[in-house]
Amino acid sequence: MEYVLRIFFAIILGIGVGYFWMNVRKLRRNILLGRDVNRSDRSNERWRNMALIALGQSKMVRRPVAGILHIFVYLGFVIINIEVLEIIIDGLFGTHRVFSFLGGFYGFLIGSFEILALLVLLSVITFLVRRNIIKIKRFIQSDLKGWPKRDANYILYFEVVLMSLFLLMNAADVWLNQMGVSHYQTDFASPIGSLVSPIFNGVPVATVVVLERTFWWLHITGILVFLNYLYFSKHLHILLAFPNTYFANLEPKGKFNNLDSVTKEVKLMMDPNADPFAAAPADAVPEKFGASDVQDLNWVQLLNAYTCTECGRCTSSCPANITGKKLSPRKIMMDTRDRLEEVGKNIDANKGEFVPDNKSLLNDYITPEELWACTSCNACVEECPVNIDPLSIIMDMRRFLVMEQSAAPQSLNAMMSNIENNAAPWPYNQQDRLNWKNEN
Amino acid sequence: MSEDQVPTMAEMLAEGKQPEVLFWVGCSGSYDDRAKRITKAFVKLLNKAGVSFAVLGAEESCTGDPAKRAGNEFLFQMQALMNIEILNAYEVKRIVTACPHCFNTLKNEYPGLGGNYEVMHHTQFLKTLLDEGRLSVEGGSFNGKKITFHDPCYLGRANTIYEAPRDLLTKLDADLVEMKRSRKNGLCCGAGGAQMFKDAEPGNKEINIERSEEAISTGSQIIAAACPFCNTMLTDGVKAKEKEADVKVLDVAELLVKATGL
Repeated sequence: MEYVLRIFFAIILGIGVGYFWMNVRKLRRNILLGRDVNRSDRSNERWRNMALIALGQSKMVRRPVAGILHIFVYLGFVIINIEVLEIIIDGLFGTHRVFSFLGGFYGFLIGSFEILALLVLLSVITFLVRRNIIKIKRFIQSDLKGWPKRDANYILYFEVVLMSLFLLMNAADVWLNQMGVSHYQTDFASPIGSLVSPIFNGVPVATVVVLERTFWWLHITGILVFLNYLYFSKHLHILLAFPNTYFANLEPKGKFNNLDSVTKEVKLMMDPNADPFAAAPADAVPEKFGASDVQDLNWVQLLNAYTCTECGRCTSSCPANITGKKLSPRKIMMDTRDRLEEVGKNIDANKGEFVPDNKSLLNDYITPEELWACTSCNACVEECPVNIDPLSIIMDMRRFLVMEQSAAPQSLNAMMSNIENNAAPWPYNQQDRLNWKNEN
Repeated sequence: MSEDQVPTMAEMLAEGKQPEVLFWVGCSGSYDDRAKRITKAFVKLLNKAGVSFAVLGAEESCTGDPAKRAGNEFLFQMQALMNIEILNAYEVKRIVTACPHCFNTLKNEYPGLGGNYEVMHHTQFLKTLLDEGRLSVEGGSFNGKKITFHDPCYLGRANTIYEAPRDLLTKLDADLVEMKRSRKNGLCCGAGGAQMFKDAEPGNKEINIERSEEAISTGSQIIAAACPFCNTMLTDGVKAKEKEADVKVLDVAELLVKATGL
């Protein structure tokens, strides 16, 4: 019987990890559909950012309530996962609490896991209250309608269940230990479990043993299910926050990249010796300016899209969104991810080749009205707790609208033709630039 | 303002001189009536401090910032390359400007196209003048007055310059009060990203009204700005709230001119 269980455990573990790994590879492939951008420089600064922002959660606490609760959940998750290692060894080798040889330290560990688990539970319940009862604005805005709202709640329910199972498992263990049942002879501090364990009083020992095993199995299968849910949810940030902060832009936020493809053409235009009738090389592919679809974005922007956990701090600080415009930086990231997933599925269904589907990120997901509402103020970039850059996507899409489609709003076209004709955005003569000097 | 000297680079070159710094006036500072007053205020301070400076005059043209933010990289790079050619021909090393948009573009986006200069915002430059003792202010006239500072996005978040303008304002002996959204969390005035040159997209409020309300709610008599666009947006916002009699929108340079009694 025990062998059967061990084999069964190995199979579940194999399926859980294997399916997750398959999706990780898909994720990687989708991200690498983006254009190349070099982020291999300044590695010391990058490690430092990752340590401070992802590991150290430094940007989370700028909103203290959510920030501190999030740190409980984060610490809980990271630390309690040490326990998962023990569960895996126990499951594969039929041991019980294999790390208990650590003695008093083990007792201390489990005790602190329990306290953390309780903190996680309370934090998660507060998060549910903030979303569903207090209804904080950024959690009920229109871009979260439907699946994104359900997704967020499922994740929180899941965490409630996992933490409860962990505590119940320990409670049953403590109770069985006190009853002197063999196999349950590991002593550990159980500040929470021992409070819960009296609920088993009066229950037959055999039943509690079954319950303890059930909690154990549900806990580990729950973790595996949750692991695999990540890819299909907004929750990938627990993994991707690390590479995302590492590869994030290190330049001043006001510095927008200069398109090399444009520089080449402009230099050619300004070069008096250039031959205007020279034929382009036969293999030259006309370069597309700006982005109308996910393949036109760079891989860091696509990584950003998968990393976004839809917290909405960006949108809640966006001046356009605050004043009722359609733009929501969070929606820009969600749309980018949704379109990227769609493109990925297209590739899967067509033997590794993308077959044009007459859709694009621009128009089918993100409308020009949203793009033109942006003031490029960088509030969204500054706010993002994991250094996502929605503004760069907005700018790349504006570039496509203007340079490929000449589809700027009329008043902006007027501004641009003024710059072309008289070197200022207004229709004044360049010769009059210094007139202010003699005016009173 | 005949008493103020405003030499051009061409004049300087003709005399065989190289100024300490080039004052990049910008389109707003050259043509916009409100911004011209900021330009003149800054020139007064430069002259008072005895700074050897020059302007490009008719040889200056738009940095290309609004074109770039609107998505027109072609036009931006045309402007940039033309300006760089002129700046490099005059062997310009240091540039100061009162416009954060010009500042950001010259400082961050020109180097990649061959334009490498030490670029300063006028608040940074004025701060060094005060620190070096070349300029001094008496804060007396602002005693007991409340001033709130509006962070321009392209100075603050874009280039993490939050303290230079505030350091200048504290020299005025005024009561510097912060808005709820300030520094990193500062709210845009609504003009950035080429919005200055178009109508806002449909919404339920104008951004400059939202920001002006916040500034007015601090009870300040003065809203200090450090950007000609912010200045226009906030001035309009204060007017829309019919507060122009009680609340003035002034550039940091204009406040310093008042404090120095020029």
